[in-house]
Amino acid sequence: MNKFHISGLEPLTVFENSNFINIGERTNVTGSKKFARLVRDEKYDEALSVARQQVENGAQIIDVNMDDGMLDGEKAMTIFLNYLQSEPDIAKVPIMIDSSKFQIIEAGLKCVQGKCIVNSISLKEGEESFIHQAKLCQRYGAAVIVMAFDEQGQADTKQRKVEICERAYHILTTQLNFKVEDIIFDPNIFAIATGLEEHNNYSVDFIEATAEIKKRMPGVKISGGVSNLSFAFRGNEHVREAMHSVFLYYAIQAGMDMGIVNAGQLAVYDDIEPKLKQLCEDVILNRNNENNEATERLIQYAETVKSKGKEIIKDESWRKESVQKRIAHALVHGITDYIEADTEEARLQYSKPLEVIEGPLMDGMNIVGDLFGSGKMFLPQVVKSARVMKKSVAYLTPFIEQEKTETSNAPKVLLATVKGDVHDIGKNIVGVVLACNGFEIIDLGVMVPANKILEEADKHKVDLIGLSGLITPSLDEMVNVAYEMQKQNVQIPLLIGGATTSRIHTAVKIEPKYNMGVVHVLDASRSVTTANELLSENKNEFLEKIKNEYLSIREDFLNKKSHKNYLTIEQARKNKIKIDWETYQPTRPKQFGTTVFKKVPLRDIIEYLDWSPFFITWELHGKYPAIFNDELIGSEAKKLFDDANELLNKIIDEDWLTAEGVFGIWPATQTNDDEILINDEIQLYFLRQQIQKAAGQPNLSLADFISPLGNDFMGAFAVTISGIEPYIQAFESQHDDYNKIMLQSLSDRLAEATAEWLHAQVRKKHWAYAMDESLTNEEIIKESYRGIRPAPGYPACPDHTEKRKLFALLKAEEQIGIRLTEALAMYPASSVCGWYIAHPESKYFGIGKITEDQLQDYSNRKSMPLEEARHWLSSVMN
Amino acid sequence: MKQTLDELLQKEIAIIDGAMGTMVQRYQQSEEDFRGERFKNWHKDLKGNNDILCITQPHIIEAIHLEYLKAGAHIIETNTFSAQRISMADYEMQAFSYEINVAAARCAKNAIKKYEVTNPNHQSCFIAGAIGPTNRTLSLSPDVNHPNYRAVIFDEVMEAYYEQVKGLVDGGVDIILIETIFDTLNAKAAIFATKKYFDEHHVQLPIMISGTITDASGRTLSGQTLEAFYISIEHANPISVGLNCALGAAQMRPHIAELSNLANCYVSAYPNAGLPNAFGEYDEKPHDTAHIIAEWAKEGLVNIVGGCCGTTPDHIKCIADEVKKF
Repeated sequence: MNKFHISGLEPLTVFENSNFINIGERTNVTGSKKFARLVRDEKYDEALSVARQQVENGAQIIDVNMDDGMLDGEKAMTIFLNYLQSEPDIAKVPIMIDSSKFQIIEAGLKCVQGKCIVNSISLKEGEESFIHQAKLCQRYGAAVIVMAFDEQGQADTKQRKVEICERAYHILTTQLNFKVEDIIFDPNIFAIATGLEEHNNYSVDFIEATAEIKKRMPGVKISGGVSNLSFAFRGNEHVREAMHSVFLYYAIQAGMDMGIVNAGQLAVYDDIEPKLKQLCEDVILNRNNENNEATERLIQYAETVKSKGKEIIKDESWRKESVQKRIAHALVHGITDYIEADTEEARLQYSKPLEVIEGPLMDGMNIVGDLFGSGKMFLPQVVKSARVMKKSVAYLTPFIEQEKTETSNAPKVLLATVKGDVHDIGKNIVGVVLACNGFEIIDLGVMVPANKILEEADKHKVDLIGLSGLITPSLDEMVNVAYEMQKQNVQIPLLIGGATTSRIHTAVKIEPKYNMGVVHVLDASRSVTTANELLSENKNEFLEKIKNEYLSIREDFLNKKSHKNYLTIEQARKNKIKIDWETYQPTRPKQFGTTVFKKVPLRDIIEYLDWSPFFITWELHGKYPAIFNDELIGSEAKKLFDDANELLNKIIDEDWLTAEGVFGIWPATQTNDDEILINDEIQLYFLRQQIQKAAGQPNLSLADFISPLGNDFMGAFAVTISGIEPYIQAFESQHDDYNKIMLQSLSDRLAEATAEWLHAQVRKKHWAYAMDESLTNEEIIKESYRGIRPAPGYPACPDHTEKRKLFALLKAEEQIGIRLTEALAMYPASSVCGWYIAHPESKYFGIGKITEDQLQDYSNRKSMPLEEARHWLSSVMN
Repeated sequence: MKQTLDELLQKEIAIIDGAMGTMVQRYQQSEEDFRGERFKNWHKDLKGNNDILCITQPHIIEAIHLEYLKAGAHIIETNTFSAQRISMADYEMQAFSYEINVAAARCAKNAIKKYEVTNPNHQSCFIAGAIGPTNRTLSLSPDVNHPNYRAVIFDEVMEAYYEQVKGLVDGGVDIILIETIFDTLNAKAAIFATKKYFDEHHVQLPIMISGTITDASGRTLSGQTLEAFYISIEHANPISVGLNCALGAAQMRPHIAELSNLANCYVSAYPNAGLPNAFGEYDEKPHDTAHIIAEWAKEGLVNIVGGCCGTTPDHIKCIADEVKKF
């Protein structure tokens, strides 16, 4: 026989010989006036306490019923069950969704993750409706209670009860393939001892029907609403409890598996005084009752006993502890019932209300944190703890406000869980803690995209931004937010927190993206000191300290090995791009050696000018010319563009700047896989991609694009824009930063344009491998032409030191006056240099990260001391 | 006559493929690539919408499937983890949810066709239509102050899944795989949608269910114990139930053992390649993952094994080679 099992957050399994299952009945608006009032008044916190009491008193399932004419039952069911799901110590038990309206049942089924029991469906409205409802229960994955009710009405006799249940059983098992163990019958418990003789046999009918159903339909379960039985004795709890106990004693023997009871109020069968027990047995078993005698005797007896108020047996011993311990208990167990009173008591004990937060509340939350960390508490419980915390803080807030002396301008902290992440407990706790410490919190909630964070930060003029996340993809999103903040020139320090965040990740990945301060905050308790530091006079020193700290973390990290899959350099070489050199016919250039262009007419090169990066320099992001249509920045971009053209015309007309260039082409041969011998005298060294590629994708090196057969060529070039200094000085002296930056950015663009112009000249005229090339400006910017011009120090050939060879080949300094700084930057700043490679398959790529073996190999090949090589290649090392 | 999944599972341990995301990353697709010709002018950035690649770069998805088939996978998962309206709303691409699912199933079919050309005597291959958890939870409130609030309701989730199931079935998948279940109620919405679709269209495909244990307490994110989770989804009559994601094989072991003990159906397990390091990257080596999984196979705990985040065709190959022995 398959086990019957249902679930809340925890499983409930019923074996053939399991004990009777108590289903809590108090969360039922038809049976509990108190509960009905709480729900009607929308006091859901207290309504939940009713549920919690049931569980604490031993209910293994809770029955929830919202059938009340005054209520929107579907809505009430939804709201209450949603609340209940956030209370793990209640939600641990399975839910019985109880309604006479199937829509309300369905509303309930849509809120509960566990396997519920539906209470109930029946043949009341005929087979079609019964089948429809049963089928839906199967789809929702619920067990069902089938009430002994058919088109004729509710079954009262044993025979009718058994008949209806059997008919329903037949439909469920043959037409719907309903699992037998998921079928529970309710053969109707009716009130007895009402004075009407026809009611006297109701409990006997129930008990006998139970036995018969169990015999005929093995595997099904029997349930019933026990309180109905004693309805005639309303107000006399003592007698009612005794009747229930006696009834259950016999019904369970007959096979009743579960019942809806007031879990706190069941008398123990053996504890019932013998006389009362005897009287109860008589009415329940309908003995000595031919003329209602048994009923009469029980009524007489009932009048003699005063209904004794019973003590609630739930464990309240924690209430006797100190207020500190009580608060901790309430936090750990998420109990809001007493928190306000306890908070008040604590407030009176401490000299300042803030101390209550810093003391007992934080202590309690630390316990919660420890338990969560060690797996002894889980997420929903922690959410609950946070709510207790909030309640307490809300209570204290007016007192804190009172104490504040004219400090109206509280510093503002924006908090958000980043896009893609729903976890915000950590963030909320930080929010609470900071709010307690006098910060105003702008909490944007969860799944907040970067632009929203920036908008709100600006709108509220916040002092700090805190990002939180729990899942690993949030790490990338935080990097993205930092990047966006930098792009938009935000000036606000950024705090990073959340379970998967770390100091090392912050230091390596986030901090470099944003230079106005990024601090990883390990936990909520540290958020206060960090936030205070960032708002104090020491802010800059603090940030400087963090920056240095992160820098060294970063460097440490970069020197460590990578975790990605890298090929050894030998393996990577084997996977070089396959080019058929035998059939390749390199174009012999028309001229060798270097050619200098002393003064390139600026009019000739402005057609090669790429405006998009110009706008990026100005923090306006968009492609030229589409950017002018951008709703947000279009008009600003147009204004900038007009100003730029005005200045550009002046530069050209008045001859402010000079464009110069030099290029050369020499014989070149690929040697040792990753090297090129150029002009038979200079050995160029290149790196090779080592990351494991997808199948069929090569590990590239620039050297791959030069033939090893000795019949190929390679070029180099350098261009520069000179003459800018006097104009910069002039703008500076006029404090005209706008035009100063404009001039600098235009100068950079002109240098790039000159490089593009020169490359075109070389392709078409001097090397002339693409004599009939005709490309639009746009195509040139997209680099649709054949051949590449990669620069030493950039992704395809990241070693800046090769630039020295390029300069030597071109005699660039003598020819056009570009100097290399110690760090191998070019001066004038608006200069561009690079290699020319002409092979049709040549393309731009990034080397990516390389591993120690390639560094070793490179240092050996190049005869450069290892540490020096490491220094120059640090950006590509793991 | 092609053998059924059940027939395969009766004979041997089946191999399910590894991570799609990790493999897509290797192709270093740019924003333009994600957009393709079709969505060249889409008003939102599409980079990161891996599922749309089924439409814009189907050859990549096909190639990845093919790699996994070559590595020895019997079951390949469609690239549809987020291909329903609720997740697609991030890109305002709700309207393409159905189409992505159809396209994804086609990518998988094409890969199998190609594989069959070079491997005419291959074993059965199955396409599992992957149904992810969506980016919203039905059981948890995103707002601590309003625990009854829900960012989404059951019917929305159910309808989104219904459309996804329709796309997957129309595209020709062999299995419905509801995976990476953080919130059982979301999974129940998926089961509801699947059953509803099956009933209404008179189809019946095997359903695989795979949950996710997220923390040290051994519970799902929505707070259920493993057993409670299993009870809550059993009505799907799944061909297999299992665990994937969040944990590496080493951490998953006790939970797989428990599940294997509980379940009345086949048991699946496809863990991550270890736990993520400080950068969210997975670095467990193929042999290490395979070694742990081989232990499970040896003890008879599992019937379907493979990999989740960070696993590659190398991992799958190692796993396949290891479990062949049992």
